[in-house]
Amino acid sequence: MHELGITSSIVAIVEEAAKGRRVARVTLEVGALSGVMSEAIAFCFDVVTEGTALEGAKLEICEIEGRARCDSCGAEFATDTLFALCPCGSYRLTRLRGEELNVKSIELMEAA
Amino acid sequence: MCGHCGCGSEADTTVLNLETGKKTTMGRDPHEGAQAHGHVHPDGTRHSHPHEHGHDHRDEHDRENLHHGHARADGTSHLQGGHGMLSAEVVALETRILAKNDALAQKNRAWFKGREILALNLVSSPGAGKTSLLERTIRDLSHELRLFVIEGDQATAYDGERIRAAGAPAVQVNTGSGCHLEADMIARGLQELRPSAGSIVMIENVGNLVCPALFDLGEGAKVVILSVAEGDDKPLKYPHMFRAADLMILNKIDLLPQVDFDVSRAIANAAQVNPAITALQLSARTGEGLAGWYAWLRREAAAVGDAVFS
Repeated sequence: MHELGITSSIVAIVEEAAKGRRVARVTLEVGALSGVMSEAIAFCFDVVTEGTALEGAKLEICEIEGRARCDSCGAEFATDTLFALCPCGSYRLTRLRGEELNVKSIELMEAA
Repeated sequence: MCGHCGCGSEADTTVLNLETGKKTTMGRDPHEGAQAHGHVHPDGTRHSHPHEHGHDHRDEHDRENLHHGHARADGTSHLQGGHGMLSAEVVALETRILAKNDALAQKNRAWFKGREILALNLVSSPGAGKTSLLERTIRDLSHELRLFVIEGDQATAYDGERIRAAGAPAVQVNTGSGCHLEADMIARGLQELRPSAGSIVMIENVGNLVCPALFDLGEGAKVVILSVAEGDDKPLKYPHMFRAADLMILNKIDLLPQVDFDVSRAIANAAQVNPAITALQLSARTGEGLAGWYAWLRREAAAVGDAVFS
């Protein structure tokens, strides 16, 4: 359950960027291979944002599926585990996508 | 940056210098949640939000509402004099959530490199034998390698005291409710520990196979320790940790006759998650297999010295 800590980091990043303004929406990118569960972040979000500029903000999570390329045969395929097996039999894969853990954008209220 | 995984804050984190007995409490990140009541508006006015509940946040912040203003929880309206129509602004951040920790970890890494220090991040589940392996290593190698230890635990200085008794300078970091070490705790620990140039700094992480995988400390390598009293399927159950590690140590091999642990299956499972992982088998208790671990340490320590000039 590092998601509570991760969610606190999200709040810190967003509050810094919001510079005192209220936040209406937070959009995250969470990859399937990032080691973080979207559901757990959503679960923590309301509790962690209470009393911050993010209180009441909508949380949007863009889940990004994992994608890997086989180092042996070059095949590309979707995967949501860290130990996918290429149809050619190799475990040596380069992960192309799915490890993202980003605050993509925020929507601020009260234009200056 | 978060200092915790359960409820709690970095204010719970303490660093105890076991040489001097000096204990310091780490400061809280001012940006971290909960405290941030009230804020200053761009026009310089300060708002405070009493955070009354009983209203539906979800509806309150529907897009539609954004363009018409709405009453805040404290009853003030967003339609303030001089501001005119309220508008929403989307700011693209594209910020990695772990960026702060990673930046601090890079600072640690540069600090280690500049001093030709090999830093190892030792991770395992609780009870796999990290501290016992360190004690044994210190006793066997202190005549040839300078070893320093940063001990991470939620509470107590037990492990730090054990390390000190074994003969190495140690700093104990207590994370309070936190279930992993973070880069800023290492920076603080190093300030106290002051490891000498050309030494080895062993960082014993909090016993946990999940969270420490995500938090870079600036180490040269992660070493995951798996005891044969656990399951040989651990690498598949905790793939992030085994993927992040450079070396897997199978500890307590003296217990193999008593347990259903298949060594070759454990190694195959680890290789499935991380084809580049090196595997060693040993018993910190009987000493069997320690030569392989010591050879690995000597090799890595020598490589750090060489890398500075490349």
